[in-house]
Amino acid sequence: MEANNNNIISPSGEKQWGAADFKKGQPRWCPGCGDHFFLASLHKAMAEIGVAPKDIAVISGIGCSSRLPHYMATYGMNTIHGRAAAIATGCKVANPNLTVWQISGDGDGLAIGGNHFIHANRRNINLNMVLLNNRIYGLTKGQYSPTSPRGFVSKSSPYGTVEDPFNPVELCFGARGRFFARAVATDAPGTVEILKAAYNHKGASVCEILQNCVIFNNGTHDLVYSKENRAKNAIYLRHGEKMIFGENNQYGLAQDGFGLKVVSADDPSVLVHDAHCLDKTLQLRLALMGTPFNEKLGPLDTADGFPVALGVIRDVEAPTYDDCVTAQIEEVKAMKKYHNFAELLETNDIWEVK
Amino acid sequence: MSEELEIKELEDVVVRFSGDSGDGMQLAGNIFSTVSATVGNSISTFPDYPADIRAPQGSLTGVSGFQVHIGAGTVYTPGDKCDVLVAMNAAALKTQYKFAKPDAAIIIDTDSFGPKDLEKAAFQTEDYLGEMGIDPDRVIACPITQMVKDCLADSGMDVKAMLKCRNMFALGLVCWLFDRDLDIAFNFLKEKFAKKAGVAEANIKVIQAGYDYGHNTHSSVANVYRIETKNKVPGRYMDITGNKATAYGLIAAAEKAGLKLYLGSYPITPATDILHELSKHKSLGVTTVQCEDEIAGCASALGASFAGALAATSTSGPGICLKSEAINLGVIMELPLVVLDVQRGGPATGLPTKSEQTDLLQVLFGRNGESPLPVLAATSPTDCFDAAFMAAKIALENMTPVVLLTDAYVANGSGALRLPDLNEYPAINPPYVTEDMKGKWTPYQRNERGVRYWAVPGTEGFTHILGGLEKDNATGAISTNPENHDLMTRLRQQKIDNIQVPDLEVVGDVDDAELLIVGFGGTYGHLHAAMDAMRAAGRKVALAHFKYIRPLPKNTAEVLMKYPKVVVAEQNMGQLAGYLRMKVDGFVPFQFNEVKGQPFTVNSLVDYFSQL
Repeated sequence: MEANNNNIISPSGEKQWGAADFKKGQPRWCPGCGDHFFLASLHKAMAEIGVAPKDIAVISGIGCSSRLPHYMATYGMNTIHGRAAAIATGCKVANPNLTVWQISGDGDGLAIGGNHFIHANRRNINLNMVLLNNRIYGLTKGQYSPTSPRGFVSKSSPYGTVEDPFNPVELCFGARGRFFARAVATDAPGTVEILKAAYNHKGASVCEILQNCVIFNNGTHDLVYSKENRAKNAIYLRHGEKMIFGENNQYGLAQDGFGLKVVSADDPSVLVHDAHCLDKTLQLRLALMGTPFNEKLGPLDTADGFPVALGVIRDVEAPTYDDCVTAQIEEVKAMKKYHNFAELLETNDIWEVK
Repeated sequence: MSEELEIKELEDVVVRFSGDSGDGMQLAGNIFSTVSATVGNSISTFPDYPADIRAPQGSLTGVSGFQVHIGAGTVYTPGDKCDVLVAMNAAALKTQYKFAKPDAAIIIDTDSFGPKDLEKAAFQTEDYLGEMGIDPDRVIACPITQMVKDCLADSGMDVKAMLKCRNMFALGLVCWLFDRDLDIAFNFLKEKFAKKAGVAEANIKVIQAGYDYGHNTHSSVANVYRIETKNKVPGRYMDITGNKATAYGLIAAAEKAGLKLYLGSYPITPATDILHELSKHKSLGVTTVQCEDEIAGCASALGASFAGALAATSTSGPGICLKSEAINLGVIMELPLVVLDVQRGGPATGLPTKSEQTDLLQVLFGRNGESPLPVLAATSPTDCFDAAFMAAKIALENMTPVVLLTDAYVANGSGALRLPDLNEYPAINPPYVTEDMKGKWTPYQRNERGVRYWAVPGTEGFTHILGGLEKDNATGAISTNPENHDLMTRLRQQKIDNIQVPDLEVVGDVDDAELLIVGFGGTYGHLHAAMDAMRAAGRKVALAHFKYIRPLPKNTAEVLMKYPKVVVAEQNMGQLAGYLRMKVDGFVPFQFNEVKGQPFTVNSLVDYFSQL
């Protein structure tokens, strides 16, 4: 079952993995679908991370993007709609040695699976949760999703939606999420970078992948989908680095009261990104940039004149649920005197019938 | 199964009210006796006054007790030890606990267990339960004082007067536990305080509050029902409730199979005690996750099963509704999973604390598509142990979800369990992939019994993808091929049909019964008792009781068609009868159906059966 056509043995004798070791089958997504780009980045990221395919479980729900496990040469499950995070939770808690990737779309993860999404974040289970956001339901042929903008016209909203979307980061942070990163599906280096960061983060990590649906929502991420547009409309946030963006790195972000403002890159007030800051106020503000947050202010094409933030926006370590479960079991084992069923029985009041 | 069972239901219940001599325990006890006598119970009471009438408040010498023994038959004594102990303060618990049976429920007013109260009662630590060796699960710990104050906040009464009503709160709670009619208590108080309408009103309000507290917190007494074997085999015994026995059965099965036990659950009456019980036993490596909802309880268990654990999820009927899709995922992915359904009254929220057998058709058929899975039903509190063990064995060895049905009556009832010796239980051998399969294996390859093999993540050479989409039998890839789907549907069905279960046992007048009584699950004790009564009256009667419902025992048709008359008695509108008619050609039974949320009564069974 395993594709071992790219085996490399390092000088130390340790097995080196190539992207092909994680690849399986022929993806059936529509030509041009953002999922193809993401899949290639995931294979590449896994090879660079170096965990053996046998120790990886890729668990998805239902939707176009949830087909992904079928194209992985790892262990995996393509389950039922919305429940991927819950199933991944049991998988990780039962066997903490597995590296678990959970793959969902915006409908799977945020609509029908919203409850499991928030609780996996709140519990801080060491899952790598990927949210492929194309702001549409593709598999059911084009209905609006919880991330479609207000007024969005779709088959189930022919006169436009009359509800506001949420931004995945709001849900993640609202649930006390400790890791949130964003990449564009077509941006392979940017995607690989955040996937590796998500793996390295101990705890629940959410990677939002901005992904285009060529059939039902073509162009939804156009502002940042091409390299040229990203140069203009996106900012790559890296911990410890200045918040500089623009085609010629000519702009910077600075604090403006409780908000942000665009300043010249050489302005001394340009902020330095702190992904490890426990207080998420600024991280939230950064993650929400580019969405219709307030009046158009800057020189960009985005709704609010701010660049779309990419990269690792928040990365704060905290005790993980799975570690704590294991630690508690060990603690109680040391404390209690019964360690098998026969000993358990003896802890009860027992009498004898002769 | 063939053991003669004896059921005790409210036949022999002793309640002991205890508190300070000023706490009005006699009055509470008197009212409870009166209420019980009015509904036809025989009663015997025993006031236990302190030697020192004016002992200091809260002191050990100032405790007063009042014991009430109520019974359906004639009650001659106030009872030796109590089934429910009400302890209004720390001193009462200290001095009165010796009158409680080992599995008695204990009601305490937590507001009277402060540092000073504990000191007066000569407790050494704040862990007063631990100090006395009381299992916290048996304690209904309730801030009675505060709730009485809140309840009477608008009454204009002073605090001292309010606190005199604390006894009525405890009484209300006891009335809830034993399903007593409050109107009788209200009338009693109206008469007693005819000239003090305000006092009567306050007392009535507090009784109602105590009753509502029991209702709201789904308080229950484990030992209202006791099911005992009449002739006990020599050996060592312990008391156990059905829910605890279910938990123990899973622990035993996990140990036998050499697997980690995982429970994904969401609290729901009357199944929650399984979650409580398993959560205690981390020293055995048991992992319990209290999930965000019923769906996640089942879904996470399925994830744990994929990861190689013995996985279970516990719930009641409403939870089964929510778990159905995930159970079905387990059916198509062919992963082991034990689903515990402690049935209660339905539909919807129904009667959360009451007992029914109304989930049978739901667990058999309540999923989309052709979705066969084994179904078992435990026949008594102690049988929950064997039933849970067997449910786990069947799930693991046949790579399938299994539903174990119990019910509120069996789950909360108790019995004497002969300590199980795991050496006497069958081995559990899941069909793991073997080294020689490496490179050739596909996910839906099957063994001689039609069961697919289990390749646990982490195993080199067996990476694979499972899922909810139909798969190709040969390759394991997604397939919509019509012939393949038809084949897979049949293979999943065959696998379940192949499972070997014990033959249906007939007891009583096996050879010449005029009437065969048929039932399943928790009604076993009552149906057996009804048969005994009829046979004692000279009738020829036999009993065939189902524990394995899918697949049905091989001799089912033979047994059902052997006797001139058959009656299927169940606590639903005829679900087992309908299922058996579907499975056995020409089977037309009489039916006895009762959906009262209460266990059968032997008399009504005998009355109905005797007319047939």
